[in-house]
Amino acid sequence: MIEIVDRDRCISCDRCVEVCPTNVFDTDDAGIPFLARRQDCQTCFLCEAYCPADALFVAPRTAPRDTGPVPVRLGGYREAIGWGRGRAPGARSAIGPPLPAEPPPRLPAAAPRHTRCDGGSSGVCDSLGP
Amino acid sequence: MNQQDTIRADVLVVGGGPAGTWAALTAAATGASVVLADKGHCGSSGATAAAGTGIWYVDPDPQARAAAKASREALGGHLADHRWMDRVLDRTWELVDDLSLRGRYPFPRDPAGREVRTGVQGPEYMRRMRIRVQRAGVRILDHAPVTELLADRSGTVAGAAGIRLRGGDGYRVQAGAVVLAAGGCAFRSGTLGCHPNTGDGALLAVEAGAELSGMEFSNAYAIAPEGTSLTKTAYYAFATFLHADGSVLDGAGGARGRSVIARALADGERVYCVLDRADDDVRAAMRLGQPNFFLPFDRLGIDPFTEPFPVTLLLEGTVRGTGGVHVTGDDCATAVPGLYVAGDTATRELICGGFTGGGSHNAAWAMSSGSWAGEGAAAFATSRPAHRWGLRPLGGAGLRPAAGPAGPGAPGADEVVTAVQRQVLPYDINLFRTGAGLTAALAELDIVWAAVRTGLRPASAAARDVLRAREAAAMTAHARWMYTAALARTESRGMHRRSDFPATDPAQHRRLRVRGIDTIAVSPDRVRQAVGA
Repeated sequence: MIEIVDRDRCISCDRCVEVCPTNVFDTDDAGIPFLARRQDCQTCFLCEAYCPADALFVAPRTAPRDTGPVPVRLGGYREAIGWGRGRAPGARSAIGPPLPAEPPPRLPAAAPRHTRCDGGSSGVCDSLGP
Repeated sequence: MNQQDTIRADVLVVGGGPAGTWAALTAAATGASVVLADKGHCGSSGATAAAGTGIWYVDPDPQARAAAKASREALGGHLADHRWMDRVLDRTWELVDDLSLRGRYPFPRDPAGREVRTGVQGPEYMRRMRIRVQRAGVRILDHAPVTELLADRSGTVAGAAGIRLRGGDGYRVQAGAVVLAAGGCAFRSGTLGCHPNTGDGALLAVEAGAELSGMEFSNAYAIAPEGTSLTKTAYYAFATFLHADGSVLDGAGGARGRSVIARALADGERVYCVLDRADDDVRAAMRLGQPNFFLPFDRLGIDPFTEPFPVTLLLEGTVRGTGGVHVTGDDCATAVPGLYVAGDTATRELICGGFTGGGSHNAAWAMSSGSWAGEGAAAFATSRPAHRWGLRPLGGAGLRPAAGPAGPGAPGADEVVTAVQRQVLPYDINLFRTGAGLTAALAELDIVWAAVRTGLRPASAAARDVLRAREAAAMTAHARWMYTAALARTESRGMHRRSDFPATDPAQHRRLRVRGIDTIAVSPDRVRQAVGA
């Protein structure tokens, strides 16, 4: 769900207002978009992709978070799809892996990259994120 | 709603996803004037723009084509039609080439330097389609959902009425023909990009007198990390599914073992997943192929290749199902003069029978059916004089309740949606189907429908409220068509699995046609014998 409209980064181009498929945004008296209908957000990340100022952040969970803001890097999705000045379109290099007819064998377990999930005895995440 | 403005055009296209944009392009190419109305924003709305999709793009080599057609015939319960498969493969081949040459879509290249045209990234594809549609002179109405069709005295569809979500006023388009490319219905399950996909196209079509086909094939569920919208399923081919204690969930898989996951979830278990069958090369290719697949993981700090994460299954109804408006001609005409259908609004049984995995066939169908519907609608519109007087609005449920002013007990749109979801989302009702389960669910849906018909009205005159009431009506109608057809098919075929009839019954090798709004009728429809099968 859309979480952040960074007022300092916003250039008031209204792109997010136009492209949001569910019409979440309106603009305030200062010309900055705000979340007028946040409950309609479908977590499609497209406002972020279209924002030329990297001023938006969509959290991956579809429910609003009740905790405060976490440090995030803005503009990551736009960069990944290669949109923006001086970037090559990500579509140009978008060749995914060949999909196997049958699942390949499991690979030996590597040490987890980090231990975000305490997971108790099962060793698996209890939930996705906070 | 305030005053209405009226726009005149030869062709009105309802919906601005792949099917709608291809329809608008081909209609405009004939010289017709075209208006395209999107509920959201043409270029970012719909199931494709938010995702990305493989395309059923197959070299015209006879052997390659034969293999492509055979690959899903059995999965689809042998309900596809070879002549239509050939037409779609031919047309898709032409249109994808056009997307590269004139659409300048930046397809990747293989080591030999040839473009790999078997898939597109959604945001890039649809952004370029919007630009092409604009360049073709099509007038685009964004944030302007169509709420009902208009017909002349003979019953010929002659336009539509809608509302502007940004501004709040109503509008009318008087058109010589209408193409419905408004997507399928995902019942607001939360699947990626499908909030606007509430089955509006089917409701508009049936209100005008069209029929539906294949509505029993409407229970596709897609895997998503729990609590997210990311229903991109291809990479689960590299997944292992686990119980909460970390032991392997036997038989579970990304494609064929999805019902095992559903069974566990239905039994109240949590199911976990780890992509531990992907080696380093595969992992790197995944990031390039589908960067949005990684959004939830990267943003939650999870390494999906080593850390198990909980998953869920989200209903994709007739978006990844195959049911939709019955097509009566090669130009994607319907039983209603002046009304054409394309994409997920139309039945996809013609090319994949009772099963699709999303993408691939659906993407090819969206392009092909869109282009045929655009041509067909333009030809119809320019062959006869436009009707501009005495047009009749056809919308009923959610717009014009039978009862008088709102009284106590009249349902609200949100209540209706919740009541419908209670019957269509549960795996135990919609995936593991039984006669008893379907009958009970349909009885509940009939009660909801009666309340919709008599009492559902917009909470206010605000455009958003008008839209929400109409969407709630469309979802209720969709659910009733779905379960009526599912009850009539007393066998298992394609994605329709009846626990009480687990076998495929050769005597039911036929399609099911559904018609009617308040009273729904089902009739069998012969499958054309396979040619060259």
